[in-house]
Amino acid sequence: MYQSSIIDIISPIMAGPSSSHTAGAVRLGLLARNIYNAKPDKITFKLYNSYASTGKGHGTDKGLLAGFLGFSVCDKRIKTVFETDEAKNLNYEFEYLQDFNRHPNAVDFVIEGGLNILISGNSVGAGEIEITNINKFSVKLNGKYNTLLLVYEDMPGVISSVTSIIQKDKVNIASLHCDRSGKGKDASMCICLDGELSHNCIKEINGHRDMYIVRYIKKLES
Amino acid sequence: MKYPITTFRQLYYACKENKKQIFEIALENEVDKGEYSEYQVRLQAKKSLDAMKEAIEEGLKSVELSPSGMSGNNCNKLQKRYQKAHSLLGKTAEKIMIYALATSEQNLRMGTIVACPTAGSCGIIPSVLISYAEDNKIKEDTEINALITAGEIGRIVSNKMSLAGAVGGCQAECGVASAMAAGALTQMRGGTVKQVIDASALAMKNILGLTCDPVCGLVEIPCVKRNPFLAIHAVTASELAMADIMSKIPPDEIVDAMEQTGQLMSPLLKESSKGGLATTKTALALAKNILK
Repeated sequence: MYQSSIIDIISPIMAGPSSSHTAGAVRLGLLARNIYNAKPDKITFKLYNSYASTGKGHGTDKGLLAGFLGFSVCDKRIKTVFETDEAKNLNYEFEYLQDFNRHPNAVDFVIEGGLNILISGNSVGAGEIEITNINKFSVKLNGKYNTLLLVYEDMPGVISSVTSIIQKDKVNIASLHCDRSGKGKDASMCICLDGELSHNCIKEINGHRDMYIVRYIKKLES
Repeated sequence: MKYPITTFRQLYYACKENKKQIFEIALENEVDKGEYSEYQVRLQAKKSLDAMKEAIEEGLKSVELSPSGMSGNNCNKLQKRYQKAHSLLGKTAEKIMIYALATSEQNLRMGTIVACPTAGSCGIIPSVLISYAEDNKIKEDTEINALITAGEIGRIVSNKMSLAGAVGGCQAECGVASAMAAGALTQMRGGTVKQVIDASALAMKNILGLTCDPVCGLVEIPCVKRNPFLAIHAVTASELAMADIMSKIPPDEIVDAMEQTGQLMSPLLKESSKGGLATTKTALALAKNILK
């Protein structure tokens, strides 16, 4: 991983013991929480490969759950998260799997409720993470940028109207990643931003008639 | 960047030409990137320093074992030893070894630590920096300057190679942490820019080839005890550098060698727990019991 800032080197302050298996797990959980953005009926955490085989010793299970409950990487409750009221009020379970087609530190969040969503991500080292898939769409989310995540009906002009709404806030777009399930079917857009979007801007995008899901996911604190 | 620096050579000349110290150049560069002010960078360093001190304080008191049950009570043993008999290395060295164990044991019991540069190597820099500062009444501002100096050393290395055990082996984690600690210590002792850089170079050169073969895949064996070892290793590097003993191989070439060594190292010895200590008879027996 390319680290160009001394701040990256002398941080993060985190609950041990592993940046990839503990802090990374918390951050993956936090992103999954922000993507789902509601209380689910049930969540299944599927841990793969190294996450599955060394996850218990590293507290990966605790980290994923703590993140999903909104705890930060240095929250002292991570260690005892199973005993917290927040955890007791959530219906969750863990599965431990081996799949060599997946990243060594891969996780799936299978979330059921008003909306059924499958979120997949990896912990790629030194606490850095990536969300790679939401349902069948490939996305690019790493928590380093404020990100607008959209699922909508694939048709001409949607990208242009969304980006012109963003320009009203004068926010620069750092990257834009699109995918679709098929021509004219569901499509997804992942827009990483250099600044903050206003409430009005998000509301206007939400009001766009072809949008199914609109999420504004704030960047994670280091 | 105000001073384009990706190598130790560039860092040395930027300091020399502008008559500045490493932390001053590093701060100016960080501010020049436009994301943080000098105050914010110093504040982040202070937060990290405070968290390091808190981890030591907590670790000194605790005898709680890790979730695996393999480790967690060695800091206590060492403290008891030094209550009865002193180290032949002197009082500050006693403190360094105790603090290094305190911090890395806090890490494995899921306590709060600073991953500086990584969680597995989290005891090395705090133990050296804080022990020396305490015993020599160093002001907090000077400690922060030393931590920023360490950060700049780590940044330069990380521009060339990943500081992850899975990519470069433990030389890239505990080895680089020891180089950063050696630089920070030399900075606090009033060493010149050249001596600070040489201390880091000597520490890196001596640790080339260190593998990452954690037993049961956990950050415990050999990681915890490696922290006090490599903290004292950093002191040795600083001692030599303060005597103007230089590395014959320049620091940037040592980083190249470390990067190459990491590439040549078998994947079995890079955090996969498929070789070395991790596949000894005892380790495999432990794994059977723990990873159920």
